[in-house]
Amino acid sequence: MTNNRFPEQHGPPSEMEKIKDQSDYLRGSLVESFAERLSAGIPDEQTKLLKFHGSYMQDDRDVRNERKQQKLEPNYQFMIRVRLAGGVASPEQWLTMDELANTNGNGTLKLTTRQTFQLHGVLKWNMKKTIQGMNEALMDTIAACGDVNRNVMCNANPYQSDIHAEVYEWSKQISDHLLPRTRAYHEIWLDEEKVLDSREEETEPIYGPLYLPRKFKIGVAVPPSNDVDIFSQDLGFIAILEDGKLQGFNVTVGGGMGMTHGDTNTYPQLAKVLGFCKPEQTLEVAEKILTIQRDYGNRSERKNARFKYTVDRKGLDWIRQELNARLGWDIEEERPYSFDHNGDRYGWVKGDDKWHLTLFIQNGRVKDTEDYPMMTGLREIAKVHQGDFRLTPNQNLIISNVAEEDKAQIEDLAAQYGLTDGRHNSALRQNSMACVAFPTCGLAMAESERYLPSLIDKVEDILDESGIREEEIIIRMSGCPNGCSRPALGEIGFIGKAPGKYNMYLGAGFRGDRLNKLYRENIGEEEILEELKPMLQNFAREKEENEHFGDYVIRAGYVNAVPDGVEFHT
Amino acid sequence: MLQLKEKNSPFNQEQAEQLNRVLPTLTETQRIWLSGYLAVPLNGAGIEDPPQTSEAGGTAAANPTREVTILYGSHTGNCESLSEEFAGKLKEQQFNVTVSSMDDFKPKALKKVEDLLILTSTHGDGDPPDNALSFYDFLHSKRAPELDGVRFSVLALGDSSYEFFCQTGKEFDQRLEELGAERIADRVDCDLDFEEPAEEWFQAVAEELDTGQNQTGDVPQAAPGLNQTSETVYSRSNPFNAEILENINLNGRGSNKETRHLELDLEGTGIQYKPGDSLGIFPENDPSLVDQLIQLMDWNPEETVTINKQGEIRALREALTSHFEITSLTKPLLEKAAALTSNEALKELVDPENSQELKAYTEGRDLLDLLQDFGPWDASVHDFIAILRKIPVRLYSIASSPEANPDEVHLTIGAVRYDAHGRPRSGVCSVQCAERSEPGDKLPVFVQRNQNFKLPENEETPVIMIGAGTGVAPYRAFLEEREENEASGDTWLFFGDQHFVTDFLYQTEWQRWLKEGVLTKMDVAFSRDTDEKVYVQHRMHEHSKELYEWLQSGAHVYVCGDEQYMAKDVQETLLTILKEEGQMNDEQAEQYLADMRQAKRYQRDVY
Repeated sequence: MTNNRFPEQHGPPSEMEKIKDQSDYLRGSLVESFAERLSAGIPDEQTKLLKFHGSYMQDDRDVRNERKQQKLEPNYQFMIRVRLAGGVASPEQWLTMDELANTNGNGTLKLTTRQTFQLHGVLKWNMKKTIQGMNEALMDTIAACGDVNRNVMCNANPYQSDIHAEVYEWSKQISDHLLPRTRAYHEIWLDEEKVLDSREEETEPIYGPLYLPRKFKIGVAVPPSNDVDIFSQDLGFIAILEDGKLQGFNVTVGGGMGMTHGDTNTYPQLAKVLGFCKPEQTLEVAEKILTIQRDYGNRSERKNARFKYTVDRKGLDWIRQELNARLGWDIEEERPYSFDHNGDRYGWVKGDDKWHLTLFIQNGRVKDTEDYPMMTGLREIAKVHQGDFRLTPNQNLIISNVAEEDKAQIEDLAAQYGLTDGRHNSALRQNSMACVAFPTCGLAMAESERYLPSLIDKVEDILDESGIREEEIIIRMSGCPNGCSRPALGEIGFIGKAPGKYNMYLGAGFRGDRLNKLYRENIGEEEILEELKPMLQNFAREKEENEHFGDYVIRAGYVNAVPDGVEFHT
Repeated sequence: MLQLKEKNSPFNQEQAEQLNRVLPTLTETQRIWLSGYLAVPLNGAGIEDPPQTSEAGGTAAANPTREVTILYGSHTGNCESLSEEFAGKLKEQQFNVTVSSMDDFKPKALKKVEDLLILTSTHGDGDPPDNALSFYDFLHSKRAPELDGVRFSVLALGDSSYEFFCQTGKEFDQRLEELGAERIADRVDCDLDFEEPAEEWFQAVAEELDTGQNQTGDVPQAAPGLNQTSETVYSRSNPFNAEILENINLNGRGSNKETRHLELDLEGTGIQYKPGDSLGIFPENDPSLVDQLIQLMDWNPEETVTINKQGEIRALREALTSHFEITSLTKPLLEKAAALTSNEALKELVDPENSQELKAYTEGRDLLDLLQDFGPWDASVHDFIAILRKIPVRLYSIASSPEANPDEVHLTIGAVRYDAHGRPRSGVCSVQCAERSEPGDKLPVFVQRNQNFKLPENEETPVIMIGAGTGVAPYRAFLEEREENEASGDTWLFFGDQHFVTDFLYQTEWQRWLKEGVLTKMDVAFSRDTDEKVYVQHRMHEHSKELYEWLQSGAHVYVCGDEQYMAKDVQETLLTILKEEGQMNDEQAEQYLADMRQAKRYQRDVY
């Protein structure tokens, strides 16, 4: 089937292609699977379709073996990811998510590295009402996972509200334009009546019945901030401003983080700039690029199915020609731009007469602990806040668009609940990011979210001794090489190999414009600290003015620079 | 030889005629043997353990003329095994004995009964056991025949911590008298430690049966070679110390419950059981509770005390740990304790006028409470020991099939823990299993047969199994058995507990059996996962139509677990389904169920 539909397929279609093909536009037997009462899980092939509906089946891996002994199945539960273009949520939406997390989830909210909410620990029989609860607050989870365009990221720029509003609007439109058209989601979760329609091409005019070969990620950046890590996106739009006005976007293609341990045919890659388009051309360009990947992406080997491999295989020029051919017009030459950082700027800032408070949320986990009632504090703010919430690409949170007269009230609430901009932390911690990993992520090979904070405690001692606590260094950890926390762009990066063991990478660019390089393989905490200590001490002594740690380790010879992903393993 | 007559002998006419027929036929040797035999006291040891004779041949002699009918009402199997034990002993004495459960006995045959022995337990709130129900109803109805000429005696089993102690036995005893039967031995009401009083009752009854018969006591020549082999036979009176092979908690983290799965080693014991049977455990009291008692009373833990009528002695601590009940209070205990204190409050409490207060006091309290509340005590440790009940055996439905697990027996035991009267309390045996039983430790056990909870003999018969919590245990045994036997009949399991995630006992096993077709259908109800509480009976009702079809196709229905709520509601639901789906009225539905019970198609193991 697949090989007849698409040119250049070099192997039989993967199992996933068959599942999609037989799913009747993502319906599968999800209704029956969720009605079944004897397992808290659903069959394996249904979990693969469920992703397109924004949810992963997971289990509490902390108790997996224990439960097996107890003659209990794994503690199956579902992660639900919201589609939230640009990470902008209204206070009502915040309150809805907060409530759903506490009633149907595990009492926490995860702000993701792609600027959206994740609920964890939702039980099978609570799925429908949870999704309906989101729907009532005008949120959905369509295409939040799966082989489709994922949540569209957008710069969370708190300085220029007008520009942000305009750029955010484009990210939202891209998100809506590339949304699957199947009514499966509405039928399964929202009880919509099924309407019979056998005309395939009208059901999914952009995707077709097999959707994409693999996930597809889009981001929109506004220089000088590269918070969305534009070069990690399959497709990127870099806003070009002149005289404070949006002129259009530089279009980037072929970035991506994921790889497979031990398979050098897989690698993280930086996106390349393809050209420039005007704002009104954005949707057309996005659609056509997506269809190139739809037609030319590898549907046989999922490890090599991301757009980055298509771009590297076909070459940038070919992509541009194919795009121009599909557009019927030529995209323009890229315009000059420059980034200077990819981290967040914490605390209160004022932009265009509105105030914005960026709060530090360690690894994006919103929860209450005994000594830090963060979740409660944010709930209290949401109850009175007139602006919006912005989830940043670094898993932090901006209380955004606060009017001058409301600022004191927000300030008081933040103080009352101890909500922190994190500036008492080291600049390393402020620039840290970890994926979820254990206990819920099925892919995790090592701890990440639960471990990175304590590793940073120890690294901070070294920073303090060396007097570089205020030095901004990007540190990222992922529990597996799929790279949800974009670890290949960490000046210090860790990718899990086994419990307590990580590959250590060094030398990415502070602006998110250079990949890091493997420095040590399969090491534990003791060795990590033994490696980092002299390196940071030397950095403190030898660093040149404005020199970032990622640049220093290359100059000092710890690692070679990786200008292109194809050299990542060499 | 003298012709025996009523006038010249102590025999009645019938007996005299029999003797006159037999005696002239005897050889010299037989006469000598018989004279010696008759010289031995009839209730002596010689009778209790007579040699096996059936194969000896040539011993045909005058059988006793009156037939003995033993009817039992048994819930956990105690009355059933006692009945069979006594029947065996009587048969050895050449009595004609029939033994059956009350419900297996045709009520019409009651008219022909001569000597009737009733053994029955009492259930819940003074109710008869399931397999005594219809006989009980018949006997108490107007259709019950006059029983002139019938001789009877009743053995009642019960638990004195219940308000209606031995109620069913008392009622049978009274009713038989009302119907004109003659009581040959007084009823004996047994508490949980029933073995000794039951044996005493049997001796008294046996003696009366003898004298009443004027029988010749036809016991033929000794045949020592035919004595039973010396291989150890394990039983309630000789429990086996089974090693624990596995002891796991079946409830996942975060559960309100703790349900232990125990696997015990029976290798080499010859102990046999069938799915549906129970395993008895002789438990031990919590040592810390024993120590608190000893400390409170300032007793010497090493002092020796007498633990039974045979005069065996043990150190006090061991006696309190392993031999006596210290965790529940009964009315008789309080009455006896009242004599050991000068505290007026206790004397007042046991006054018959205050029976409600007494009942309220005993609930949730134990010996430590009693001793703390009603001092100063004016008695020795021996006085206290003398008023205590023996520690009762705990019975658990077996959760394994011997076919699937040769040489093993598995149990499903819910740990009982609660707070009462300001102190945490725990179930003696269940918490011993949960907290003080490691693999490698041993538990004294015996098999208690339960004929009232057995798979249908025909393997094609469909089976509906309903159980909540640990009530699911025998169904695991059932399915293991059916898997081993490759039984073809359909099976349908209803299971309920609190939470799906943590309390789905044996979840992966049911899932496997479903996948492999050993289990045809399964429906579950988890009461605390939803705002509205859902129980097994709700799931049954949801499937009314199909369930009725199964019943109509001859399905056997099993109910195991909590009696007070679950079993009652399940029964109500079965009646509702019969009425709704079978267009029956109340009476017809009741009758349908009664017929099912009679046909052993409705079996319950509830507690």
